[in-house]
Amino acid sequence: MLYAYILVMAAVSYAIRALPMTLIRKPIRSRFIRSFLYYVPYVTLAVMTFPAIVDATRSPVAGALALAAGLAAAWFGAGLLPVAAVCCVMVLISELILL
Amino acid sequence: MDDRARRRAALAQGMRNGIPIALGYFAVSFALGIAAKKAGLSPVQGFLASLLCNASAGEYAGFRVIAARSGLLTMAVMTFVANARYLLMSTAMSQRVDPNGRAIHRFLMSFFITDEFFAITIARPGYLDPFYHYGAVLVASPCWALGTALGCVAGELLPAQVVSALGVALFGMFLAVIVPPARKDKVIAGLILLCFAASFAMSRLPVVSGLSEGTRTILLTVVIASGAAALFPHEEKDTQEVES
Repeated sequence: MLYAYILVMAAVSYAIRALPMTLIRKPIRSRFIRSFLYYVPYVTLAVMTFPAIVDATRSPVAGALALAAGLAAAWFGAGLLPVAAVCCVMVLISELILL
Repeated sequence: MDDRARRRAALAQGMRNGIPIALGYFAVSFALGIAAKKAGLSPVQGFLASLLCNASAGEYAGFRVIAARSGLLTMAVMTFVANARYLLMSTAMSQRVDPNGRAIHRFLMSFFITDEFFAITIARPGYLDPFYHYGAVLVASPCWALGTALGCVAGELLPAQVVSALGVALFGMFLAVIVPPARKDKVIAGLILLCFAASFAMSRLPVVSGLSEGTRTILLTVVIASGAAALFPHEEKDTQEVES
């Protein structure tokens, strides 16, 4: 049953990437669809980040501190890996103190 | 330079630029493996999922669907929503494919459109060079799949405080994707805050909090992104600017 999930996941992931590359020869005209697609990644990722990050750690306070640290690091231009590391270290340290 | 030598040079350059991507992939996919393990996937299943899907947020969303044992339709919709940005990247890349190149490259390159591969491949001038793309893929993609499998295995060997800490790595990565554009675009900054508040409210309020996490994500994404598209239509100067 788990393989059915993986198969659906793989098929949809590939279709999304392959269809525009193989079919679209002109840019999408609709301004609404273009704007919608532009905002989608930010909205999805933001919705998935909070409150999930607070629920993911053993202490919710540690999760909240990791969120604050990650927001600050990303704001000041840290890349993918440094921001992820900052969040992890923040949880490690704050849980040592809190728990 | 003949054609074969040119291809080999592009492949080698892609492999070189794939090294930092591989390192990042390894760390992030390790955290993804922990999420996969929590959802009940075996290391082999985690390896397969990463090998076939090549998506951090998309796979994470998928693992949440598996953890909740929601339906396959929810999986399809959730995967679509979490990966929708690849529609844009693929669209941007479609404008830069060498019209005289072989069709197989469209299909092969599509399989490996990720934030990172897209960023380095679209950054080169002129037509896309499939061999440059493949070079980076050859180095980085195995690390992505192996890291996921190792996360599944070692997730339970590691002490609880380390697992708790690594569990936020993916969220950190999401922040690194959404925050820098928010600094330049006030609409995105406002949207992120609105999303945090709405997502929090939906997870805690009666009735709606009974909906699965995946369903709530889809609902919020469609409603908020449509609203933003209607109220603040985004003007793109160039399709190549849509990387996120």
